[in-house]
Amino acid sequence: MSRDRGDTGVTTETVISAKGLNLTFQTNDGPVHALRDVDLDINKGDFVSFIGPSGCGKTTFLRCMADLETPTGGSITVNGVSPEEARKSRAYGYVFQAAGLYPWRTIGRNVSLPLEIMGYPKSDIADRVQRVLELVDLAGFEKKFPWQLSGGMQQRASIARALAFDADILLMDEPFGALDEIVRDHLNEQLLKLWDRTDKTIAFVTHSIPEAVYLSTRIVVMSPRPGRITDVIESTLPRERPLDIRDTPEFLEIAHRVREGLRAGHAYDD
Amino acid sequence: MTRSILPILTVVAAIFVLWYGAAVWLNAAWAHDKAGRAGVELSFGELVADTWSQDKPKLPAPHQVAVELWDTTVEKKITSKRSLIYHSWVTLSATLLGFALGTVLGVGLAIGIVYNRVMDMSVMPWVIASQTIPILAIAPMIIVVLNAVGISGLLPKAIISMYLSFFPVVVGMVKGLRSPGVMQLDQMKTWNASASQTFWKLRLPSSMPYLFTSMKVAMAASLVGAIVGELPTGAVAGLGARLLAGSYYGQTIQIWSALLMAAALAAVMVALIGAIQRVTLKRMGMA
Repeated sequence: MSRDRGDTGVTTETVISAKGLNLTFQTNDGPVHALRDVDLDINKGDFVSFIGPSGCGKTTFLRCMADLETPTGGSITVNGVSPEEARKSRAYGYVFQAAGLYPWRTIGRNVSLPLEIMGYPKSDIADRVQRVLELVDLAGFEKKFPWQLSGGMQQRASIARALAFDADILLMDEPFGALDEIVRDHLNEQLLKLWDRTDKTIAFVTHSIPEAVYLSTRIVVMSPRPGRITDVIESTLPRERPLDIRDTPEFLEIAHRVREGLRAGHAYDD
Repeated sequence: MTRSILPILTVVAAIFVLWYGAAVWLNAAWAHDKAGRAGVELSFGELVADTWSQDKPKLPAPHQVAVELWDTTVEKKITSKRSLIYHSWVTLSATLLGFALGTVLGVGLAIGIVYNRVMDMSVMPWVIASQTIPILAIAPMIIVVLNAVGISGLLPKAIISMYLSFFPVVVGMVKGLRSPGVMQLDQMKTWNASASQTFWKLRLPSSMPYLFTSMKVAMAASLVGAIVGELPTGAVAGLGARLLAGSYYGQTIQIWSALLMAAALAAVMVALIGAIQRVTLKRMGMA
């Protein structure tokens, strides 16, 4: 499936496609519908945010894309193949909520870890580590251990690690959730720049409305019990986004729509 | 360091006071006995002096043990059958071999338990059951059985040491190898890492603090195993043999000096592991 993207006029291709996706967990309290009938296409170069309250299935959906969960119904493809094949061909980088750096490895060796696992040649590894650390503004820190870095820098290192092996897709599960507001703003800005420079496709799970609106080209609003998509909002913001764009009427308008969407999903909830 | 010196000295002083006091109390009966037979009356000073210098006291005084330790270590040639260093080495060699075997067995079982579902479900109860059997009961069996197949000397003792020392290593390493969180394992999966890559790059390094802690316990257990292995066999060398010979002939001073030697050996070995632990974990950035 392809369609035109308005701002560039370039034909784009679908990178991630979910059709009628269902996932039911069997628990002691009976089945839990983590995802019900989820349909979504993500195009190349999209920055898609998933927002919704706890239990709405946004993280589960992301984990389905990454082959960390197996759907119980429907279909999902990543780069046109199954998530398992995509994972095995190392099609995506995954950034978790916590940086998850290994305390016994320096920053440089943490970033090179996936490259070692994937069997990159030694000389190539050094170059790549250098390049991605520059990309996240951590050049010169490769000899430091994780505990010598702040939380924000650690999370940047974990993003560098996800970028190191040139996956076209970046799956991010609340990567800035544990950071304070100021650091978060800074990282949001950097992430946008990085996205702009690398033209990666990013799927981004968040709890924060301003973060979702600021970052995304599309915002997917989800709601719980059963986890499902209630609204998909196309952002009208330009690709170039300074931080103070968040005070413009356009931004507030989109944020309002997201909030409405979240509220609607909760209408019958207590 | 200086902050902890005073409390340590206080405790040591208290132990000496108690020890000397107990020596007077326990050995007084024999002193009175001797004096009664000789028809003399003991003053308090004479009583104390006698209780602290008997040949076969119920409880030897610290300085008697110290003199015996000095005589049997510094004053004797190492090759002498009466040298405590010689006996210590006999026990220590069995301890170290048993410790090495126990650590290898323990780590091996832990890897099996973590990676193999059948082992996970079946091995641990047997491991725990093995430790509920009194070692004193099973040690002679091991010696006798191995003797019957022609194995004697160092190895049977080392196997008893192994029997005691693999247990803390299994328990610690199962916990250590399982210490990486779900997120770290998921992360490995997203990189399509193989089982052996996950083991070498994540599980094994994560388990290092657990390994060293269990190795300290294993070393102490291993020494106990080696000594117990020397007791039931009428061994002629080793700290266990010294303990046994001492108890046959009522040589309490010899028993106590062997006991203190064993304690010192254990302390040195455990401290050695502690030092290796500190250096390793520091180099790994984990301490």
